Amino acid sequence: MSPLNEQQAQEYWRRNLSLMIRCLVIWFVVSYGCGIILADVLNQIQIGGYKLGFWFAQQGSIYVFVGLIFYYAKKMGDLDREFGVEEE
Amino acid sequence: MDLQTLTYIVVGATFALYIGIAFWARAGSTKDFYVAGGGIHPVQNGMATAADWMSAASFISMAGLIALSYGGFGGSVFLMGWTGGYVILAMLLAPYLRKYGKFTVPEFIGDRFYSRSARAVAVICLIICSVTYVIGQMKGVGVAFSRFLEVDYDTGLYVGMTIVFFYAVLGGMKGITYTQIAQYCVLILAYTIPAIFISLQLTGNPLPQLGLGSTLIGTDVYLLDKLDMVVTDLGFKEYTTNVRLSSINMFAYTMSLMIGTAGLPHVIIRFFTVPKVRDARSSAGWALVFIAILYTTAPAVAGMARLNLIDTLSGDDGQGLVIEERPVWFQNWEKTGLLKFEDKNGDGRIQYSADKETNEMVKIDNDIMVLANPEIAKLPNWVIALVAAGGLAAALSTAAGLLLAIASAISHDLMKGIFTPNITEKTELMASRIAMAFAIAVAGYLGLNPPGFAAGTVALAFGLAASSIFPALMMGIFSKIVTKEGAIAGMVSGIGVTLFYVFQHKGIFFIPGTAFLGDTPANWFMGIEPNAFGVVGAIVNFAVAFGVSKVTAAPPQEVQELVEHIRVPVGATAAYDH
Repeated sequence: MSPLNEQQAQEYWRRNLSLMIRCLVIWFVVSYGCGIILADVLNQIQIGGYKLGFWFAQQGSIYVFVGLIFYYAKKMGDLDREFGVEEE
Repeated sequence: MDLQTLTYIVVGATFALYIGIAFWARAGSTKDFYVAGGGIHPVQNGMATAADWMSAASFISMAGLIALSYGGFGGSVFLMGWTGGYVILAMLLAPYLRKYGKFTVPEFIGDRFYSRSARAVAVICLIICSVTYVIGQMKGVGVAFSRFLEVDYDTGLYVGMTIVFFYAVLGGMKGITYTQIAQYCVLILAYTIPAIFISLQLTGNPLPQLGLGSTLIGTDVYLLDKLDMVVTDLGFKEYTTNVRLSSINMFAYTMSLMIGTAGLPHVIIRFFTVPKVRDARSSAGWALVFIAILYTTAPAVAGMARLNLIDTLSGDDGQGLVIEERPVWFQNWEKTGLLKFEDKNGDGRIQYSADKETNEMVKIDNDIMVLANPEIAKLPNWVIALVAAGGLAAALSTAAGLLLAIASAISHDLMKGIFTPNITEKTELMASRIAMAFAIAVAGYLGLNPPGFAAGTVALAFGLAASSIFPALMMGIFSKIVTKEGAIAGMVSGIGVTLFYVFQHKGIFFIPGTAFLGDTPANWFMGIEPNAFGVVGAIVNFAVAFGVSKVTAAPPQEVQELVEHIRVPVGATAAYDH
């Protein structure tokens, strides 16, 4: 089955989870944080015609989401290779 | 050439393309039928997922929902909710379910929770979510036909059903995937071209995403500042800061849409079609790229169309539109009932305002923001014809994806998995085709005779997926201690609580008069509106599942091994042929 022994499997999973949690924190901050909870505060700042909170809610969060997925995919690819569990 | 002929030509050409693809991509095996042979390139899969995902609601209704019903900023719940779900999907679900490597969502739930009952409960949840969702798509097909081609609603629906029948029954997932790629191209062109023109007209910037943040052409006033000013002058709340009910409600709404997205079976199965685990990760990213093109354009369409509409309605001197001088597009859309005015003060002009007493624009349908957009901006006829084809592509592609999820749950989970496990692959393939034809007939019937609750269905589908399927999948992957009893109790109570909450405020099965707690914010739990309640159902699901698991016997060893197995990418191909 898995080419990893129990300890390696645990380490691989732990590193995956920690990467995942870091990404999800950013995911939460840009949408729920900047786009909803802090929107009023950020709206005091204006970039071009966009109030910043409004921009995060209707534009910025979506761009960050796209970036996050590719970042996660890239980092997981690296992790897979490090543990020798990548697909050929 | 007149608009009608042109629309027939453009829509006819796209339909010929879809049927051509159906013949070219016929399914030869159950693997072709359920997961397109498992050989779809991640970028292609991303494109197909985007078309699958973006429904008639995204294409036709969303910009109007943002601009009108949700008054600007409040509409952000759709933008964030319907895109942020892909982050969850890419990190928490897609790679592991792809590694597991079988055909359907209930199949995973049945194996992981070592129970046919769990699989059956998952099938029921899946069918409830998907059927409620597909009714909306069928209505979208009928409506698009009747508005653009001037055939009646029923005829439009039959034509739509025939087209879907061809490529979905013949090609299964394989036919659907390649058709969806074509449909994506049609719908994204149809959405962005008018948006680019309008952005150029208003701001001189060809990118609508930047145009929305730019100054109006020939002035140094920002478009959004102007919009804020004109809506507040009319008595509406400020466009860029107008919160939907409360921050807590917006939070819950966004979260429900996100986890609902991640739990919708027709989206999840798209990630079974790529060759490798790492493709599942990147494919979710590509899907979101293709979705983001529309979703970052939509708020620009919303803001600009709202500004244009108000501008038209205020007339040349700002005293209201003179009824005799109203534009042709205005009169055309009046015929369809999407626009309606009433000259209450009898001054021969239309005054638009937020005050119900004096407002004379008694009806502005949300859909008008996208549908009438090219006409308001005086774009050439071929652009209008393209919008018709785009709306149809959006509705058909989503309908096909949903129908496949339903058909495979019937033939693969109920028949092969539970009732008649001994059928051959050939029989199963035939059964899945029959199930597909059956699902199309049921969806068509419900489209022709929409039940009273059709209006609330899309939002309900998300709430149900969020509260039943999403938590079950999460616990299946991330916990080894959740037992079959826990999972079943969790799914039943999650979906139960959500349905109960929706029914108590909206009426039992949406039948008017049966709402035993009125649909007013005062009666809402923490001010959360029924559409946003899926996240609470999900929390109930998790809590019940862990609680029950504590007092029931731990899952068997082989299940714990299965969980270990799906967490590591290597070996996916071996697990694949079963």
